[in-house]
Amino acid sequence: MLIRLKGGRIYDPANGANGAVRDIYVRDGRIVADPGAGARPDHDYDVSGKVVMAGAIDMHTHIGGGKVNIARALLPEDHRADLLARTELTRACCGHAAPSTLATGYRYAEMGYTACFEPALLPTNARQAHMEMGDVPIVDKGGYALLGNDDLLLSLMREGADQKLINDYVAWTLDVTQCIGIKVVNPGGINAFKFNARKLDLDETSPHYGITPRAILLTLAQAIEDLGVPHPLHVHGCNLGVPGNVDTTLETISGIEGLPMHLTHIQFHSYGTEGDRKFSSGAARIAEAINRNPNISADVGQILFGQTVTASGDNMSQHRNRKFASPDKWVVMDIECDAGCGVVPFRYRDQNFVNALQWAIGLEIFLSVDDPWRIFLTTDHPNGAPFTTYPHLIRLLMDKTFRNEQLARLNPDAVAASTLGSITREYTLNEMAIMTRAGPAKILGLADRGHLGIGAGADITVYTDREDREEMFRTPDYVFKDGELVAKDGRIVKVTLGATHVVKPAYDRGIEDRLRPHFARYRSTRLENFAIDEEELCECGSSRLAVHQCRHERTA
Amino acid sequence: MNLPNESRLITNVSCPFCGLACDDLNIRVSGNSLGVEANSCERATRLFAANSGAPGTNGSIKNLAAPFAQCAASAASLLRRASQPLISGLAADVGGIRAALRMADRIGAIVDHMNATALSRNLLVLQDSGWIVSTFAEVRSRADFVLIVGTETNSRFPRFAERLIDPLDSPFSDGPMQRSVVYLGPKPKAPADARVLDCPTSGLGEVFGALRCLIANRPLQAVQVAGLDMEVLRSLAGEMRRARYGVVAWAAADLDLPHGELVVQSICGLISDLNETTRFAGLPLGGNDADITANQVTLWQTGLPLRTGFGRGVPEYDAYHFGTDRLLASKNADVLLWVSAFDPLRLPPETDVPTIVLGSPAMRFTKPPAVFIPVATPGLHHAGHFFRSDGVMAVRLRKLTDSPLPSVADVLTAIEQAI
Repeated sequence: MLIRLKGGRIYDPANGANGAVRDIYVRDGRIVADPGAGARPDHDYDVSGKVVMAGAIDMHTHIGGGKVNIARALLPEDHRADLLARTELTRACCGHAAPSTLATGYRYAEMGYTACFEPALLPTNARQAHMEMGDVPIVDKGGYALLGNDDLLLSLMREGADQKLINDYVAWTLDVTQCIGIKVVNPGGINAFKFNARKLDLDETSPHYGITPRAILLTLAQAIEDLGVPHPLHVHGCNLGVPGNVDTTLETISGIEGLPMHLTHIQFHSYGTEGDRKFSSGAARIAEAINRNPNISADVGQILFGQTVTASGDNMSQHRNRKFASPDKWVVMDIECDAGCGVVPFRYRDQNFVNALQWAIGLEIFLSVDDPWRIFLTTDHPNGAPFTTYPHLIRLLMDKTFRNEQLARLNPDAVAASTLGSITREYTLNEMAIMTRAGPAKILGLADRGHLGIGAGADITVYTDREDREEMFRTPDYVFKDGELVAKDGRIVKVTLGATHVVKPAYDRGIEDRLRPHFARYRSTRLENFAIDEEELCECGSSRLAVHQCRHERTA
Repeated sequence: MNLPNESRLITNVSCPFCGLACDDLNIRVSGNSLGVEANSCERATRLFAANSGAPGTNGSIKNLAAPFAQCAASAASLLRRASQPLISGLAADVGGIRAALRMADRIGAIVDHMNATALSRNLLVLQDSGWIVSTFAEVRSRADFVLIVGTETNSRFPRFAERLIDPLDSPFSDGPMQRSVVYLGPKPKAPADARVLDCPTSGLGEVFGALRCLIANRPLQAVQVAGLDMEVLRSLAGEMRRARYGVVAWAAADLDLPHGELVVQSICGLISDLNETTRFAGLPLGGNDADITANQVTLWQTGLPLRTGFGRGVPEYDAYHFGTDRLLASKNADVLLWVSAFDPLRLPPETDVPTIVLGSPAMRFTKPPAVFIPVATPGLHHAGHFFRSDGVMAVRLRKLTDSPLPSVADVLTAIEQAI
């Protein structure tokens, strides 16, 4: 079947198109070259004057897995306020802060998103995460496996295992959990919390293992580099949310010694201690460090005001944050000598000094990082705000007047403490296409996503160019997933299954002989039952395994 | 295809018959017969045997044998005519529960589970105040103090002590670790040399209240609490405060008293208090008959837990009114679809409401249901997934031998198509 999108303005930064008018042809789920005058499209969409982009990619969103389901269990009242009625095509479910998997898929697709990456997939919880993601319809998925607090890695490091062995362990983890990247959360800190430590600074040695977070980050970043995994080590650093953590974050950047590193929800790690309230913006220093270090990328983790729930692997920080729980209930969990999690509902208030300044800090970072290929649009869903707020966030970035109107409504002391009002930058459509499409695809190594070149997967979103960018990005005219029209005018018209994106770096399977005794002695499952294979992944609900190349495979 | 005389041993088999979900069983497969040869327990022995054999594929309609297609059509007809169908039991693997939820959405059914009354005691606490909890490997490797609340822990979860309590080698200590273990409750089933604090279930709330007072150094004018001397409780509180990683384990099923959730809440409050100075965690025990599995899938697909209904086209959760017994007694449900794929002893509740049963072929009814459709057992006859008690580990269930019977998901899909 041949589809033509006729006359759209193409924003395809990966291929240098910045609003150029041309037709796009789709056959069998892929973008193809103009088949010539003789070809008759089976479906012809007149999109003249409209904005055409690749489907958007959310590179950091908590959509499935243990902690998300705990968040759902914690908040029936939040769900009752956002019920999705069943239709001929879609099922009855609930949305808002921790939406059901079904609502997650429907609403991402309605907003023009076609791929979502779950950033905290615990290896022991991988099956649940893949089953939940399998029940997120339409969009593609991928996961980052959590390492860096597991007793296995820390034991290997304490024993002085050589980097090659650790690389094998990292590659094995990616393989058996079917993931595309590695994330570390509060390196060593979640583990230290199990030994009753309440904080762990970058250069503080952990209880029992005597290892510093700095060493864990370097070891894992080196493994990612050696294995040629496209996505840099995905780092949720030390001291999340602690005033003064901007220094920790800057130290983390210099401490990685030039290796690629992605700092996630960096807004939560950009706080100074200036001013009467000992809480200030570190955005300028962070943005400057990102601008200066081409090995560093970041997503923002913007907060937006209202009720949400924070779900994190960082149970050390979440236990500290329990005092701010609103409503007053929270969950902290230690998990399987592997990781942990903490779930704390939050209500960000625009008249609260700290919350208002958090909002401003996030926007300051967005607007002060020069290179849109290295900064990504996230709210760390649902931690800063539910993903359904993205259109609002896009308007804040693209519309200075709107931004300043919103700023004027906030806690006046926070407004006075922020430089945001003096920043005149407005993101362009091209930059928005970089930040939400081409950039994420590039940093994840998705060669056939995030762009509209010949051979790309036909994930395409068509918008009407409206002055109100919030309205524009909330309700795309058409959303195509692998060439099928899945949403029209912001409503689902077809429900499909998405693929699972992974990488498979080469490794020595002999690593299993090293791991097997640890599983048998201390863990509660057998190593032999740990791996998820492709058949099982499809049983979990994935349409297919999409394996992306590692760097070495490309050069080989 | 298994030849009748062929015998083979399958190792590292995951067991779907209790919430421990042990994955280290050795199963001897001889034709259709399945025997546990290593790492067994009384539940596994009974239920692997009960679900073995060569069942006929016929179901029954009003106690008369009928082929599958006819049974499915009859079930569909009952469900189609129902004004408020109820899908309960719900002892199935993830695939079966997914199919049940899809059908519930389609026909406007209420979804409940045979163990949801017990499970709700935990859920209500989670929804009201939350908790600090742990998982099996942490408890096994780390806990230097374990308080086990209730009577039946070791019978509901036969290898609980063997797997979590008895092993003393730890990655965190050079020699064997020291672990204090205390059983608390009415005549707990515990090893002969175990430390037991005998008190009635109705006194557990008071005991945890008293412990919270002691931990908080608040004055308490009592000589005894629930029959236990204050000195005993004072010493217990001191031990808890000194623990480096303490654990309180409970099975909500044991807290069978009005507002049993309040006992859970006082346990969780105590744990939270203890974490001001040391590390402590709860270990809620459940998962039998796939209750955790059913709750997890319902939560992720709908956003709400078990006891959610779809009668009005949106999901509605009601922990009280949507309980199976209450719906049947009040006749607010007019057809019951009972799914029980693991344990043939878990029969539907006695009711006049027309009942469709998808169950183990070994089920024996005193009152035959309107429709009975025998189903294969997940993890014996087909692959699937099953959640362990802690809700973190979903174990992979494998197919061990052929069965002529369809899976729960197959049957529900067929019925849905017939509707």
